[in-house]
Amino acid sequence: MGATMLLDALTLQLGYNATLVAIGAALLGIAAGASGTFLFLRKRALVSDAISHSTLPGVGLAFLVMTAFGGDGRHLVGLLLGASLTAALGLWAMHALTRHTRLAEDAAIGAVLSVFFGFGVVLLTVIQTVSVGRPAGLEDFLLGATAGMLYQDAVLIAVAGALAVLVVWALRRPMTLVAFDAGFASAAGVNVRRVDLAMMGLVLAVTIIGLKVVGLVLIVALLIIPPVTARFWSNRSDRVVGIAGVFGGVSGFVGAAISATAPALPTGPIIVLTAFALFAVSMLFAPGRGVLAAWLRHRRQQRRIHLRQGLLAIAQDLPIYERYTLQLLVRAGLARADGVPTELGRRRAEKACRDESRWAVARRMHSHESAVSRYDGLLPIEDVFTRDEIREIDRQIAESGGGCA
Amino acid sequence: MIDALRTAMGRGTPSDPLDSLSDKPLAVRGLTVSYGDKPAVFSLDMTVEPGSMTAIIGPNGAGKSTTLKAVLGIVPRLSGVVSVFGQPLAASRRRIAYVPQRASVDWDFPTRVIDVVLMGLVRELGLLRPVRGHHRQRAFDCLDRVGMRDFADRQIGQLSGGQQQRVFLARALAQGADLYLLDEPFAGVDAATERAIIDVLKGLKAEGRTVVAVHHDLSTVRDYFDHVLMINVHKVAEGPVAEAFTEDNLQRAYGGRLAANLMDQLQLGGH
Repeated sequence: MGATMLLDALTLQLGYNATLVAIGAALLGIAAGASGTFLFLRKRALVSDAISHSTLPGVGLAFLVMTAFGGDGRHLVGLLLGASLTAALGLWAMHALTRHTRLAEDAAIGAVLSVFFGFGVVLLTVIQTVSVGRPAGLEDFLLGATAGMLYQDAVLIAVAGALAVLVVWALRRPMTLVAFDAGFASAAGVNVRRVDLAMMGLVLAVTIIGLKVVGLVLIVALLIIPPVTARFWSNRSDRVVGIAGVFGGVSGFVGAAISATAPALPTGPIIVLTAFALFAVSMLFAPGRGVLAAWLRHRRQQRRIHLRQGLLAIAQDLPIYERYTLQLLVRAGLARADGVPTELGRRRAEKACRDESRWAVARRMHSHESAVSRYDGLLPIEDVFTRDEIREIDRQIAESGGGCA
Repeated sequence: MIDALRTAMGRGTPSDPLDSLSDKPLAVRGLTVSYGDKPAVFSLDMTVEPGSMTAIIGPNGAGKSTTLKAVLGIVPRLSGVVSVFGQPLAASRRRIAYVPQRASVDWDFPTRVIDVVLMGLVRELGLLRPVRGHHRQRAFDCLDRVGMRDFADRQIGQLSGGQQQRVFLARALAQGADLYLLDEPFAGVDAATERAIIDVLKGLKAEGRTVVAVHHDLSTVRDYFDHVLMINVHKVAEGPVAEAFTEDNLQRAYGGRLAANLMDQLQLGGH
């Protein structure tokens, strides 16, 4: 039954509210992944944690103010407005701490985060004990809850999320430049402080719209995990931004769908765990930067180097010392178990030795720098140079009287 | 009171001190930068002649890099005036190119060589203008000049130190500037790269452009540069290499720590 329900949720057939939540969470994920990428590239990912924790006193204060004026203390826009105000205050406090004292940013983050969060918890506790207004549901801002999501809440997330993505797109160039080389950006006339401010503003906006869905404790994960996951898949920052958006969107959608199948499953943590699942798969299996790919590459490289060393040893009539080398030679039919090379082995050895001296010459010729830098000790020389270039290299070898016998 | 202070600090009139230097590529007066309590650069005056190649030399912590950064507005000035081609910095950004220290960035950043060079066009491209073929062509040409064209599509993490330095130089070339400010362009690069870089810099000079470089290798000052600025927080000497690059000045700048045999190797004049 659980499986069919999940399928229903994923295909948006679990009813109006669940559909609304899934789409809202997906949009939030896209916005968070894309804007979080710049935070990650600027190496300031944890700033978002301080921002999100600084929202809590704002929620409490906004509730008190709205109740005092006789309104509904749980009006979402009002609560989010209060949250943005204290989050901005926290951001400013962090900035002031690092700028005017010798505190490093991580220390400032720790100080701001805990103080604001502590104050927020005190506020909420007081509100609950003196039971002003109808505070039920305020604690949902901690871990996120979507059960009571209204149509206009979803619209709010959708509009704000789309705006955030638009701003990311418009500012991608200066944000990338500042993240890579702030000194150069500043020298070229880019206002680094303003770009950083815009980036923080984006993160703040995403945090605020994510409060209701993911909750303030875990929104940081939605800002950081998708970019880190995307980094496994690309070496180009523009693509990392896009891929992070996709991963964030998928995490939001799937996470919200899963949590819709059971009322007891909190939305925020499920979304974060979904994002983590994508991260784990990417870390293990991504080509290029993935752990498995790196391990396989290393093994393959090691095998080829041992083979090459073995062949060079044969060419120079040296004994083969390492057992692994001999094993590889035997397995490839290049040597017998007692280390005596086969006919094929001798021919290959000759070729390896000749290529080695060719590479040595190529390394001295400056025009081949690009090709030489690809040399890993094994690349067949024919893959890199044209026949004419090899002939020229051979001519130089003959001239210097070197080469293999 | 302020006038008296200025006189005491060896500066003449309180009127605009840059008037008489209006068209020099770079003129600095009274530049002071301080990190914390101690000044890193104190009341530095500096004038760079058009078409010259100037080395900024001095011991570690002398404020060489800080001087460049303060001139460019990367670190805040405590005091001082900077004029570039007779205009304030903000009005002359497009005429300046900058090569930061190689170690100042993370080379595992997800970007390709060509993208780094295109960063040099940031002023031209602005926020939204798309990168077109002719932009890319210019980036390729700049890579060509530093011998890195074949590397255009490589991830920057795959480059050697010397190659990284040449990519940074290519990015500065793409800025198409008249004044080039380089921070330790020869630090930790191999001989081939050093050759390639100095060839490019001399080419810039031949085109009438002006080069200022923070430099640490005293043995090449004579071969590479025609002017020198020697500092150790304060200015020690400034002028053509033949006049300013003397043993006296070096001993003053380096606090008498330079060995006699090094002095011999430098074949110093003007003693």
